[in-house]
Amino acid sequence: MLSKRVVACLDVRDGHLAKSVKFVNTQNIGDPVEKAREYYLDGLDELVFYDITASSDKRNIMLDVVESVASQVFIPLSVGGGIRSVADATDLRLAGAEKINVNSAAVARPDLINECSEAVGDQNIVLSMDVRRVAANAEQPSGFEIVINGGRTPTGRDALAWALEGENRGAGELVVNSIDADGTRDGYDIELTAMIAEAVRIPVIASGGAGLPEHLHQVLTQGKADAALVASMVHYGDYRVSGLKQYLHDQGLKIRMSW
Amino acid sequence: MTLILDYDAGNLGSVKRACAEVGLDAEFSSDPEALQHAERIIFPGVGAAGSAMRSLAARGLGPALRQAIAQGTPVLGICLGMQVSLEHSEENDTQTLGLIGGRVRRFQLNRPDLKIPHMGWNEVRVVQPHPVLAGIEPGDEFYFVHGYYPEPAAAEHVLAVTDYEGDFACALGKDNYVGTQFHPEKSGRVGLRLFENFAKWDGQWQPAGGADAK
Repeated sequence: MLSKRVVACLDVRDGHLAKSVKFVNTQNIGDPVEKAREYYLDGLDELVFYDITASSDKRNIMLDVVESVASQVFIPLSVGGGIRSVADATDLRLAGAEKINVNSAAVARPDLINECSEAVGDQNIVLSMDVRRVAANAEQPSGFEIVINGGRTPTGRDALAWALEGENRGAGELVVNSIDADGTRDGYDIELTAMIAEAVRIPVIASGGAGLPEHLHQVLTQGKADAALVASMVHYGDYRVSGLKQYLHDQGLKIRMSW
Repeated sequence: MTLILDYDAGNLGSVKRACAEVGLDAEFSSDPEALQHAERIIFPGVGAAGSAMRSLAARGLGPALRQAIAQGTPVLGICLGMQVSLEHSEENDTQTLGLIGGRVRRFQLNRPDLKIPHMGWNEVRVVQPHPVLAGIEPGDEFYFVHGYYPEPAAAEHVLAVTDYEGDFACALGKDNYVGTQFHPEKSGRVGLRLFENFAKWDGQWQPAGGADAK
């Protein structure tokens, strides 16, 4: 059977590693290539780079980062942030990204999902969605709303409906990121993750809120996620990837334990 | 020189980078003539069987590959590059190269929690020793991304199996041809080991007899 995956996310701004807390303050915490290599050697199952570079003239730096990571890290590499066209996706694929994450631009123009999945294969297109809790209403019956632009802009779209639409349009996987939980280290939004994982037939990566090994276990069991995304808890050295995997394995989950 | 067959079958850079990492000097080529002189050939591929076969045909690569194999050149097929070595694929109802008897089928799963494509890390169990698979230990996992799986006609061609609601053949071998459903270039150190093994392989292999697969 497939193993549950531990995925590390590195936010990269202008070629440097940054970590956001509730998507607002970002701190520079080092060289992404070095960090990627460290996690790879420590048993990481998949790596996500998120480009949070604000200005478009610095976008090419990301291609260099992806290229140097891809030549040193031999696990699936997923890249997102600022992807607006098939050309953006293709450039990143050529630089060595396995999977392409689309987010805000897909909300603005959902056909982007279809176009990218046709161009690079649906298994390689990841719909990354930032979600916040709202009072359930006619527009957002699930009680969860899609937000964009790093969590700053509400869209009025219902999160569950958007996940299903993304799947229908050809996304091969979903990243479900709770912006309420993001950076808090208080645990993933289990209700949100389970709601979406039960509704779709593509894998779901849970994101936002990981602070303790128990949080990963919880989202991979109760939350029905296929993979758990971690950031701060490994970036600052509180936990090691191998330690998290050992914990999940000891709890009885199927985890890749030799690397 | 090792040639990586380039036939518009998706991004092949990761295969080349994995070769470089283990010191295997490899170049892309879509030239049928060059295949005849290659020391080794890697036949990668992502995408769909139908378009892959059309690209191979347009470049005259099918006969060239067949000839290289007849000459004894060691060949490694990966993912779709392996699948098209069988006779037929249910994907786009495609006639494929027929280097190995059997067909490629779409996963039909009963468990609702199992997803298609089969994507992620899964255990590879070697059922017949092979020089290219040397060093794979019980419990070692490789990275998979596929919705179709190979079903070789003869068990003697099955080198390894993986369980996804039942075992399917995840590595095939016949003479100097070896193919994997998983992606060794994305499978960490154990995947790189497979490229190292392939770099040293002389193309010799005999089935041990007796294998078990779906």
